[in-house]
Amino acid sequence: MAYAGNRRGAAPSVLLPFRLAWRQLRHEKARLAAAISGVVFACLLIFMQLGFMTALFDSAVQVQTSLDADLFLMHSTTEALWRSTPFPRARLAQALALPEVERVAPIYVQNVVWRNPQTSLKRTLLLFGVDPTAGVIAFPGLTPEGLAAITQPDVILFDARAKPEFGAVPAWLAEGPVISELGNRRVQVAGLFRIGATFGSEGNALTSEANFWRFVPSHSPAHVNVGAIVLRAGADAAAAQAALRRLLPTDVMVLTKPELIAFERDYWANTAPIGFIFGLGVAIGLIVGCVIVYQILFSDIARHLGEYATLKAMGYSDGYLVRVVMGEALILAVLGYIPGWLLGLGLYELASARIFIPLTMTVEKSAGVFALVFGMCVVSGLLAIRKLRDADPADMF
Amino acid sequence: MDAVRVRDLTHRFGDGEAAKPVLHRLSLRVAAGEVVLLTGPSGSGKTTLLTLIGGLRAVQEGSCVVLGTELAGADEARRVALRRRVGFIFQHHNLLGFLTAQQNVAMALEVDASLRERERLDRAAAMLAAVGIADKARAYPATLSGGQRQRVAIARALVHEPGLILADEPTAALDGRTGHETMELLQRLAKEQRRTVFIVTHDPRIHDIADRVIAMEDGRIVEGAHV
Repeated sequence: MAYAGNRRGAAPSVLLPFRLAWRQLRHEKARLAAAISGVVFACLLIFMQLGFMTALFDSAVQVQTSLDADLFLMHSTTEALWRSTPFPRARLAQALALPEVERVAPIYVQNVVWRNPQTSLKRTLLLFGVDPTAGVIAFPGLTPEGLAAITQPDVILFDARAKPEFGAVPAWLAEGPVISELGNRRVQVAGLFRIGATFGSEGNALTSEANFWRFVPSHSPAHVNVGAIVLRAGADAAAAQAALRRLLPTDVMVLTKPELIAFERDYWANTAPIGFIFGLGVAIGLIVGCVIVYQILFSDIARHLGEYATLKAMGYSDGYLVRVVMGEALILAVLGYIPGWLLGLGLYELASARIFIPLTMTVEKSAGVFALVFGMCVVSGLLAIRKLRDADPADMF
Repeated sequence: MDAVRVRDLTHRFGDGEAAKPVLHRLSLRVAAGEVVLLTGPSGSGKTTLLTLIGGLRAVQEGSCVVLGTELAGADEARRVALRRRVGFIFQHHNLLGFLTAQQNVAMALEVDASLRERERLDRAAAMLAAVGIADKARAYPATLSGGQRQRVAIARALVHEPGLILADEPTAALDGRTGHETMELLQRLAKEQRRTVFIVTHDPRIHDIADRVIAMEDGRIVEGAHV
């Protein structure tokens, strides 16, 4: 018998308690359903929180990802693009002194009030002013015709994915010229690009530097919000960054493109409470799920204390019974995750359609949530197995 | 060889001054193949003795050798190993409600992960047939009568061919006739398979199935003991 035991390995010592766990769960369908719905609820809560959080991060850096340059200058007190502090334009001229730098382009950014020509409602959008020939703006959907058009006075390009409250600009544009007001000034929309609402702005618009100062007369041309620096082909970005830091005064910071994206992302994650709030949401989802699963497992053990004690009397080790309880926890994790994932997908679709912030179900997110829910069930199981100590076979007589 | 050999066994509940002694230097022998009945009033310590012999409690003082294993000073692992060689029949059947009769009996074989599932189920079915309820193999305990449940419990206690069967008030939850029937069945199977049976009971109607009746009082053997 001992020989046979060695030959057949350890698999049955895992599978048998797992099967016992499943048989125990399966026996009471109503309790199983309650336990699973608890896990489903936790799953959904976490999916929604993570969905909004990643959507926030992705949308927050949409503009940054669409900038085509190697290095960027921002004022050292700037926290985020939409509320950036302008720095002296002279810094860009100074940067040109570095041999690796091919060209520089200032980018002006300001919140400006736009009037919906149909409803006359006024809403704030984020206006970008840039030299259209500098080639540093690579917003999705931008056309050469559009970039040429904004060199004319009072002409802008509009964000096709801006919130509907701004007006159905893309539809109107298909029918004819769109005229409205921007910063209390008559404006014509000549074309479109696609950025979409971010947590910092509900819509965006792009125009030339000259137009920018017309719409935002208070913004000094001598101060820019972001400086885009394009390096010569083959130049080492890190070395150029270090050289620029030595060269320029400390009122500006020098960032590579990944750093610029990370900078904006970190702002939303840390400086703004939004990242914290979503993190808290995930934590609450986990805690609620933990409590539900723990409650189910604990009461299962409490109600079957006699059975567990009987198994101990029959020679089952504590480890075997621990595996039974952990098996239950893992079965609940899997059975709750599957409908949780499907419902999460449905809610993502719904949210994307309703609030225009695209929530996407990625493999990373699916795996991440599964890991969290799995961990949640393991923790619940570990907490619940303490109750197993109460199953004393000596009390069976 | 003796299945059970107890010598100078003393056991107390509680600590220090408040310690309440339940067994006083108790000595006892059960020979292999014997069916022994232990009687005595409540509180005489007979259940404590049973849990000590079954390895469900740690021995405090004295010697307790069961199936060749000395339980004095034995750790949990050693006691768990002994329990696998013992068949338990409880006062209440203590079957697992979420398993069928056959699965419940097979649980006594699942401790041994080396057996094949088919073999477990076949042996469980054969054992259920031996206790006369082959037709109830797929029934859940909740749908069985008290006598049928106790038969399943007997099958579970015997299926893994234990060297010793310990029963605690096995007839307490049964009416007189059913109780006697199930105990006769246990005695017949034990004799056929040469199993040692040690029954704690205060049901005088089942004394006739025993080879020997031992009486206990205040933690001591008072009659019938052969040491």
